[in-house]
Amino acid sequence: MKEFKIAPIRNGTVIDHIAAGQALNVLKILGVNESNIGSTISVAIRVQSKKEMGWKDVIKVEDRELDPATVDKIALIAPDATIVIIRDYYIAEKFNVALADHITGLARCSNPDCITNKGEPVEPEFDVVNRRPPTLKCSYCDRILTRISDNLL
Amino acid sequence: MDFYDKDIVSIRDFTRDEIEQILDLSEVMIPYANGDKVKRPLDGRILGNLFFEPSTRTKLSFESAALRLGAEVIDVSQMSMTSISKGETLADTIRMVDTYCDVIVLRHPHEGAARLAAKFSINPVINAGDGAGSHPTQTLLDLFTMRREKGSIDGLNIVLVGDLKYGRTVHSLADALAMFGARLTFVAPESLQMPEDTVRHIGERGCSPRKTDCLEEVIDDADVLYVTRIQKERFPDPDEYQKVAGMYRVDNAMLREAKSDLIVMHPLPRIDEIAPEVDRTPHAKYFDQAFNGIPVRMALLCAVLGGKM
Repeated sequence: MKEFKIAPIRNGTVIDHIAAGQALNVLKILGVNESNIGSTISVAIRVQSKKEMGWKDVIKVEDRELDPATVDKIALIAPDATIVIIRDYYIAEKFNVALADHITGLARCSNPDCITNKGEPVEPEFDVVNRRPPTLKCSYCDRILTRISDNLL
Repeated sequence: MDFYDKDIVSIRDFTRDEIEQILDLSEVMIPYANGDKVKRPLDGRILGNLFFEPSTRTKLSFESAALRLGAEVIDVSQMSMTSISKGETLADTIRMVDTYCDVIVLRHPHEGAARLAAKFSINPVINAGDGAGSHPTQTLLDLFTMRREKGSIDGLNIVLVGDLKYGRTVHSLADALAMFGARLTFVAPESLQMPEDTVRHIGERGCSPRKTDCLEEVIDDADVLYVTRIQKERFPDPDEYQKVAGMYRVDNAMLREAKSDLIVMHPLPRIDEIAPEVDRTPHAKYFDQAFNGIPVRMALLCAVLGGKM
């Protein structure tokens, strides 16, 4: 019999195939803190994966379907993640997150002297210079963004 | 490539062929740059010089280049007297100045400022240095000097010494030299060595630079010695500055170990990195290098404004 580490959800989103260890960063993207949780969120860290990646993290968010901007942010730190939308216990939609070639407005440049950190009316922009692991280069100052999860907007 | 109306933001935006094209045009500019010949292809055009940081050579040479070509120059002599001191964004300043001139030359303390200016300006923007970021016109004049003095840059042994971390000229220069197939050596104390980002870019161009903190070890087979000032204003920590200031001093005793045709370059201003006695040797090329800023900047202004020589 198949053993469920987390119970199935009736409505909401399952974020599957998160690279092991990144679940807490994904929670940060979801904007989860003590005061704003309106539904149950289940987190499984280091679950055996059938895919070749070996270990993975899984998050289930009840009663919430993720918007595209949130999905794009998840792609920055978990590029292999799968998003599964559940409606009335059935899979309504399933898709892989997609990391674009050019990122606008999702993260800030880690260089404090970059012009994008000086109150100018522009959104930070990055070129994706490597996809595994995701590596971003600032389109303004050319610096490589270190620690993406610490610089998400 | 047609440079008409193009922004000059970073040397990384150029291919080798495009750089050579500018260097060839710079060669054409020499007799006009030194006043032997007169031509005014930019008559009636206006250059807006926006310098948010102090500069002598870059600002004056852009002015001189524009005037030699018949253009007029407007500038702000004191930034403290402007709306910038009232908190105006760079984006707004650029949009305003853009309506007053045909090309903007910008020096700014923050990295990426020129890219931002290019985004908000309709007319072309030329980056005259943005913080610790790039300084493409300095790079072009450095390449021009090496090519003029040595005939070609391919295969030259080039030693960069001094402040390789904060010195903005050396980042752009190292990247371009790698593109031209030069062999590079970086001489600096560990705390001032070339940033990893730049080393990675150079590596992608197939160049693996030597790194050392001892200039004496590498001077004997150098073709070009490029000396930079340890810049006090770039040091967050004054103690760190004191530790490394004056560590490398090029004098005639040291140059006795060098090849007879070694050229010594420096973006200037120098403090005491190069002894004045070196000025009188055939190695010294830093004042020729400073002059070369004129033909190179004339070439760029002419190219982006569509002037015909």
